[in-house]
Amino acid sequence: MNDNKLLEVKNLKKYFNLRSGFLSQRFSGSVKAIDGISFFINKGETFGLVGESGCGKSTTARVILRLTNPTEGEVIYNNINIFKISSREMFKVRREIQIIFQDPYASLSPRMTVGDIIGEPYEIHSIGNRQERTKKVKNLLKVVGLNPEHINRYPHEFSGGQRQRIGIARALALTPKIILCDEPVSALDVSVQAQILNLMSSLQKEFDLTYLFIAHDLSVVKHVSDRVGVMYLGKIVEIAKSEDLYEKPLHPYTMGLLSAVPIPDPQLERQRKRIILQGDVPSPLNPPSGCRFHPRCPNAQEICSIEEPQLKNYSEDAGEHLAACFFAGKPI
Amino acid sequence: MHGWIQESGLKKKKLMFEKEKESIGITGEIAEDSYLEKKYSRSSLYKDALKRLRRNKLAMLGLAIVIALILIALFAPLLAPYDPIARIKADSSLAPSSVHLFGTDLLGRDIFSRVIYGSRISIEVGIIAVGISVIIGLFLGALSGYFGNIPDTVIMRIADIFFAFPYILGAIAIMTVLGPGVINIFIAIGILGWASFARIFRSSILTIKNKEYIEAARALGASNYRIITKHIFPNAFAPIIVYATMNIGTAIIVEAALSFLGLGVQPPTAAWGKMLAESLDYIDIAPWMMVFPGLAIVITVLGFVLLGDGLRDAFDPKLR
Repeated sequence: MNDNKLLEVKNLKKYFNLRSGFLSQRFSGSVKAIDGISFFINKGETFGLVGESGCGKSTTARVILRLTNPTEGEVIYNNINIFKISSREMFKVRREIQIIFQDPYASLSPRMTVGDIIGEPYEIHSIGNRQERTKKVKNLLKVVGLNPEHINRYPHEFSGGQRQRIGIARALALTPKIILCDEPVSALDVSVQAQILNLMSSLQKEFDLTYLFIAHDLSVVKHVSDRVGVMYLGKIVEIAKSEDLYEKPLHPYTMGLLSAVPIPDPQLERQRKRIILQGDVPSPLNPPSGCRFHPRCPNAQEICSIEEPQLKNYSEDAGEHLAACFFAGKPI
Repeated sequence: MHGWIQESGLKKKKLMFEKEKESIGITGEIAEDSYLEKKYSRSSLYKDALKRLRRNKLAMLGLAIVIALILIALFAPLLAPYDPIARIKADSSLAPSSVHLFGTDLLGRDIFSRVIYGSRISIEVGIIAVGISVIIGLFLGALSGYFGNIPDTVIMRIADIFFAFPYILGAIAIMTVLGPGVINIFIAIGILGWASFARIFRSSILTIKNKEYIEAARALGASNYRIITKHIFPNAFAPIIVYATMNIGTAIIVEAALSFLGLGVQPPTAAWGKMLAESLDYIDIAPWMMVFPGLAIVITVLGFVLLGDGLRDAFDPKLR
């Protein structure tokens, strides 16, 4: 086996059960937010996870952090199955896995000063005394490009980009090994997005970080990721190295997504043929039979609605390029 | 000309900023504009609320009434010209005059002094009874909102029972069981009031519980206790302060009603409700016996309600 894997997700499932009725609370179906996904992240790399909203990307991050319990499956971090360990042991693991949230307005408590917010990890894990903590917090503020003198400010005194920097500083506080980034830039202006992304990549080099980068913006993911997984309705439909995925997408859904990325050249943009996916994402409460993408797929044939395609390696060299499609690589 | 002056001013500011940056040893980019803009306006949400409250004239009137009332209650022995329970037979049922500012009652007691002493009971009941309600309500509301499921269902159904019961009737029932007396009034009003606090607190917890900063704390490994006390309480507390302030007024009215009915404070202690009851038979011949304690109740309750209203607007300016 590859020793380089820092985090491995195996056949992870998360169903949200719906109950109806006032007294009896009958079971009335379940939303399959994640339905058996597997992937791994190597030490020091950035793994991008893309997909439309509602496909289970954020749920994946929350399950990995054990913020909600999975229905089935394993998450193996550093050879530890984090669903099998006690909450005391999980407490230690939490130092090494951190998260950055999408909305910088909701992810910082409005009643705490920046110093309290970034210093909280130290307090929870009883690290250092008051002076040492203040010193560390000021240092972190410097690291993320904020003024250390702002330590006594409240979050509402900062802009969105600055708030996201505060969130990053909080995630960095415990010197984690891996940071789950749940759409860290999608709530920001484009110019600020670039700043934050640059900050994140310089931090990655400086602190030897591994990222799980969740986003719905393919151009952003391409910019930062080493490997990319594409999710559709709770399933991973394609995993490949970033370049491979963008050059030779195999799954028709990936092709559709890539085609939605605008090219910053009006002439090329006008000439190219865009693939426009028809219809909406079906309800995860009642997903289509067979391949979940078949109702929207231009290549769909009879088999697609009967049998479910599994992830298979289609790589031409020794690498890995997985896709779950019976007609992988067939142009649309 | 004009533009040039402005520009040079801006340059100066920027220069100052650069110097400051150097002095604290920062390199790299920092969002400068907001630094300049907000350097001198450090503020917390509570401070902002206070600022807004100060601008609200009605609320400041309410605050003045409340503060005056508390001072009157504290310094009653110094302010009252007569002993509130001393009977002066010769002075029975005198109309207001310079000797007896508010007149005297049937037993020759000075009404002015009795109104002043009566404020003690009202303030005590208001603060202690509401305090009891707040403590019970916060505890049960936190359990209910944070843990959900079975505790939530049980606590909220009990709260529904309390809501269904008429307030005064409930107070009368409890007082009948416990017997009259000031301490029993605290208990009766305190117990009856918790349900609204629990509901308000539960609902604010429900909105806060799913915010990302709570998840962030949990991802850091924060305990439930820490999340409730450090993250949820400070963010859910504003509506409790507002409602408690208004509720003090209600508690004072209920105390007055209970005393009026003879279930609350016992004679000869001075209480406004009791004084109203005693004046009942003499309204036509000695209206001052009723007017002054009645006015005292109205002004007090008005003070707390105005302050509560002002606090609500101050905490959430969007509501207005």
